[in-house]
Amino acid sequence: MSFINYAAREINCKLVYYGPGLCGKTTNLQHIYKKVDPGAKGKLISLATESERTLFFDFLPLELGMIRGFKTRFHLYTVPGQIFYEASRKLILKGADGVVFVADSQLARVEANIQSLADMRQHLADQGIDPDKIPLVIQYNKRDLPNAVPIDEMQKALNPRNLPWFEAVASQGIGVFETLKAIAKVVMQELQKKT
Amino acid sequence: MRPITDLVIYEEDLSRINACLSALQRKARSAAVLLIDTSGQLIASAGETDALDAAPLASLAAASIAAAGALAQLLGEKEFSFVFYDGERKRLHLSLIGGRAILLVLLDQNSAVALVRLQVKKFSREIEEILTELSRRPDPVAEGGSPLSKITDDDVENLFGKG
Repeated sequence: MSFINYAAREINCKLVYYGPGLCGKTTNLQHIYKKVDPGAKGKLISLATESERTLFFDFLPLELGMIRGFKTRFHLYTVPGQIFYEASRKLILKGADGVVFVADSQLARVEANIQSLADMRQHLADQGIDPDKIPLVIQYNKRDLPNAVPIDEMQKALNPRNLPWFEAVASQGIGVFETLKAIAKVVMQELQKKT
Repeated sequence: MRPITDLVIYEEDLSRINACLSALQRKARSAAVLLIDTSGQLIASAGETDALDAAPLASLAAASIAAAGALAQLLGEKEFSFVFYDGERKRLHLSLIGGRAILLVLLDQNSAVALVRLQVKKFSREIEEILTELSRRPDPVAEGGSPLSKITDDDVENLFGKG
């Protein structure tokens, strides 16, 4: 939920990275953590299993600077992608201001992407958030892999509304900040409408 | 009314909340008190908070309460009224206020759990009243128009330009 504190002149927004297992959600956050100035970030918290699969969520607070005299904070979360962590995914979407859907471009993951997107829409609705209205940006990750599905096919399957989308290779940092910047812009536009 | 997912706080709201939290912290003889939104945002705090890493603390407290709520439902309970973590030197008492906020009380070696529980119960009602008032308030308009209504894409670009 966006939390605007006029007394402390702060804006706080919650952004959630959603997507199927091993699509690169945590890799996005790790890259952001690596590249952002130390003074602009908090600790990267990862609740992960021993095999480094996300168990509950990753959390990265960013404080990038001021907008119109307001300290602007983005709280980045990932959800656990594996199917059996459904309950956790639902909890993390609570109060989200914007979502980045990270799709895995590999042919073998087409169905997992579609299922994950449907799952996300349902969980948003369960949290009282209209899945057609929440700021949403799509990231097509792993574009460097030889078995990557052509973009127009991925668009047809996952982005019929032609929301902002980006090609990425999160492991190399490609497309990561472009995606973050895009979701930040849409969230801020949404915030403007409310103020 | 704005969506229930948004929270807008002004100076006078924060003063009221801070007064409540400070009184709770003092009367419960606790080290610190944090008020957190259920989505994990820190709203306000009182006590010895300088050494605390508040953002992840708020986020993890919200996750803990959310997980407790989901566990309760699985077991056929409406909710678990509080979550308690007992460490060697520090203890944490987390409780839900009216389903919309979380009260985190950090206890040190001098704090008594029974006293904390009693005071949390008492002050929760007061804080809930304030939060209910805030949520019922019509869309706020800052004096002279909200500066946030003028945010441009360039403002966002500039944030990232520094990184």
